Amino acid sequence: MARAPLSNGKFLLIFLSWWAIWAFMQISLLVGFGLSSGTAITDSLVSNSLVAVLCAFLSNGMQYYLPKKELYWYILFTSLGLSAIILLICKGILVPLLNDKTDAVNYSVFFNRSWAVRFDIVFLQVACMSILSILWYSAEEKQEDRQRRNDAERLAKEAELFKLRQQLAPHFLFNSLNSISALIVSHPEQARKMIQQLSDFLRGNLKKEEQQWVPLSEELQYLELYLDIEKVRFGHRLSTDIRCEDGCLGMRLPPMLLQPIVENAIKFGLYDTTEAVTIAIRARLDGNYVRIEVENPFDPETSRPKKGTGFGLTSIQRRLYLLFARPDLLETRVDNHLFTTIVRIPQQI
Amino acid sequence: MSTNTTTAASIKTVIIDDEPLARSIVREYLQSFTQIAIVQECNDGFEGIKAIQAHHPDLIFLDIQMPKINGFEMLELVEQPPAVIFTTAFDEYAIKAFESHAVDYLLKPFNKDRFDKAIQKWLDRRAPGSSAQTPGAAATSAATATTDTTEQLLETAAQSPGQQQRVVVKTGGKIKIIPIEDIHYLEAADDYVKIHTHNGAFLKNRTMSWFEKALDPSQFVRTHRSYILNVQQVTRIDPYEKDSHLCILQSGAQIPVSKAGYVKLKSVLGL
Repeated sequence: MARAPLSNGKFLLIFLSWWAIWAFMQISLLVGFGLSSGTAITDSLVSNSLVAVLCAFLSNGMQYYLPKKELYWYILFTSLGLSAIILLICKGILVPLLNDKTDAVNYSVFFNRSWAVRFDIVFLQVACMSILSILWYSAEEKQEDRQRRNDAERLAKEAELFKLRQQLAPHFLFNSLNSISALIVSHPEQARKMIQQLSDFLRGNLKKEEQQWVPLSEELQYLELYLDIEKVRFGHRLSTDIRCEDGCLGMRLPPMLLQPIVENAIKFGLYDTTEAVTIAIRARLDGNYVRIEVENPFDPETSRPKKGTGFGLTSIQRRLYLLFARPDLLETRVDNHLFTTIVRIPQQI
Repeated sequence: MSTNTTTAASIKTVIIDDEPLARSIVREYLQSFTQIAIVQECNDGFEGIKAIQAHHPDLIFLDIQMPKINGFEMLELVEQPPAVIFTTAFDEYAIKAFESHAVDYLLKPFNKDRFDKAIQKWLDRRAPGSSAQTPGAAATSAATATTDTTEQLLETAAQSPGQQQRVVVKTGGKIKIIPIEDIHYLEAADDYVKIHTHNGAFLKNRTMSWFEKALDPSQFVRTHRSYILNVQQVTRIDPYEKDSHLCILQSGAQIPVSKAGYVKLKSVLGL
């Protein structure tokens, strides 16, 4: 809920000074009309305090009920009504209190003569306070709304990024477990090693946060884990060739970005040919970017890489867009029987 | 564990899986079934087809995701396919659809108990009433039943969304994979369907309705009892005789369009 303006110390101070000024002006005005200073002070303090208390209530009350835009004319009537009530209360308190004093001016007569001016001033004060409060609260509400929307957007983005990052292919997991199941009897040592690799891989998959970028060297190590597991699954059919230009290893990139690209290349490469497949991974500096290319063979006779992306790269494209708000960081290239995925990661300076 | 009294290794089987370790686990589990002999192990669907033609196995263990052609496509190309037990990491929901058609499916990783159950189920189905029937009669009825269920299985596979990005055909002993974009039109030809493409025509022993179900209906329209055409190939539609039209394709081929076919074609083309 929006905070009331008067709950803020600075605004409270302004509010109180405002009423002090009003009260002072009224005292000097009344003295100017010939009232004794005692009468003037009492009159001014009583009437101004009443209005101040009412305004404070009004302003705080709007915290709970804010008139809708089309009901703004309520303010006019409320202010008129409240002003009339205040005037009646003032009369009820001040006339009996000050009338029997032996003054130069008869207070009762004076009050009756001055009611219209008093009403005017009280009405202006109340209406002014109402309008200020409404402006305050609507600004506050808008601010909160914006905040909420931003939060919601941020949460949705984070959730989507998390989901995109977590898109571990169940195929991979179940097939790896199946390989382990086969190894347990024939090669228990190898089975244990593979369980270790799979655990390390899964742990890496779980703990990484989007905001914590990792150096390329770490990402490549992680990739190595993944590739080792795949090599056990596919035996001699799969080989890899990773080459990294000097100075690249320290470059940073969002975690778990390369693994899905390589996974896609393996799937594409291994399932599009019955021969042995080499997946080539190259990293180099390209101006302010680190540029990583992943290359896999395919059979142009039987599959058509779709223009742009495709082949399971959509989620990486989406992730890059969410992270950098740019659609141009992922490219693919088709060259005879080679399919290359190129990703460029801007380096933060 | 088996009460089977037939001579040792009377049942022939082939294991088709691209992962060596996945094959080894089936091999290991099969050791307790002395009546089942593994005649061959295959790396992919091509080898699988050859093995089936060479050995006529009674039962095959088939992975779905394999290089070049997947398990379903391989089955499409086999005449009189044997009984199939799928071994796959395919997600359960996708494979459930085939439950009634395949002998069984084993979700990787699977244990020995589950494996034994699948084999036993097949053995029971293969010889209903077991010893009461003569072995010959049982084998014949089982063979017919198997062919029927495999046909149904392929119908189901054809209808599963995203299945058909390509069509696999056999031509002169070779297997050809045709991306569906390359297809101009399909023409009924007796028990076969003739697939007309950039690179000539190919025959496949499926029905027109199988293709109608298998191909993306927003790209392929059955314009006539005997024709299905790729709408991306259409250049012109001319009126022809009463109530019918002729569709001219980029290749120059003229495809008859029936009255009902014209309505379908118009709605797909957005006319």
